[in-house]
Amino acid sequence: MVHTEGQQHPISLYLKIWGLLFVLSTFSYLVDYFHFVGYLRWSLILTFMLLKAGLIVAIFMHMAWERLAMVYAILVPPLCLLVLVGLMASEADYIFLSRVMFFGQAVAPGSP
Amino acid sequence: MAAHSDKSEDALTPASEEAATGWHGIAHDWSSDKDAFKQVPWGKAMMWIFLLSDTFIFSCFLTGYMSVRMTTTEPWPNPSEVFALTIAGQHIPLILIAIMTFVLISSSGTMAMAVNYAYRRERGKTTALMLATALCGAAFVSMQAFEWSKLIAEGVRPWGNPMGAAQFGATFFMITGFHGLHVSVGVIYLSIVAMKVLRGDYERSGNYQIVEIAGLYWHFVDLVWVFIFAFFYLW
Repeated sequence: MVHTEGQQHPISLYLKIWGLLFVLSTFSYLVDYFHFVGYLRWSLILTFMLLKAGLIVAIFMHMAWERLAMVYAILVPPLCLLVLVGLMASEADYIFLSRVMFFGQAVAPGSP
Repeated sequence: MAAHSDKSEDALTPASEEAATGWHGIAHDWSSDKDAFKQVPWGKAMMWIFLLSDTFIFSCFLTGYMSVRMTTTEPWPNPSEVFALTIAGQHIPLILIAIMTFVLISSSGTMAMAVNYAYRRERGKTTALMLATALCGAAFVSMQAFEWSKLIAEGVRPWGNPMGAAQFGATFFMITGFHGLHVSVGVIYLSIVAMKVLRGDYERSGNYQIVEIAGLYWHFVDLVWVFIFAFFYLW
């Protein structure tokens, strides 16, 4: 085995991140609790989500201390998924309109 | 035997590189002793690659959820109301999901500390922290089972529900079910590794990377929950 040292970081760092994740989760829960709506809601949810995900990957999963070859091999491929999300989102209007046109809405069969 | 060793020696010399074709050539090209991930043990690299593939699976589920939510003509049930609980006469929105989130984050915290103690070769503390992690995971799955039973009792099915868009049940059961399966597998995986640490299986080699690798899987389960929490429950 070439490398048996492994990742060694002080426990206090993990405890701080743990606390930070608790705070961020509380914030994202409060977004729902206070009934924020529209762009404010969505931007807050996304911000807290990305911060939490970043902390977990960087500190708990030790990505911050890995070599760049490894970091890029793992973190770049998921960006392809943004293309899929973009395609699906741009098709959504068309599918929605087709459903309204062909399946109708609100008029239940048998109603006068 | 002599002919065989001749042949393999032949394959190692640079001159034969062009000559090697077919399966032999493939094996040669893939095993030419190139080390892309410096200072990363193969077990860890393979776990990362597995997690990368799992990322794609969960992302496809979440993208599918996005598609049906954007295209459904019926109103989407309000998750804040659907997952509300009445505790001691108080109607609290989304409370069970919030508790599940905190439990899973706590389990990630204990797991990160377990990795640290494993590298210091403090077997008792490592095992205790890993079992605490597994216990949190089991608690998470139990709460999820409670949530599922509650929704099923309220008439939510994969093909329809009384609150609105029919796709709600399909996406809910598929996404949380697949995540819950990951948590359950993680609980078993962590328990096995914890027992092996306690028994001293890794003392001879002194190599405790297995704990970090198991930890990667566990943190990933937590990571996926972050996205499910944001997109499914809060959006």
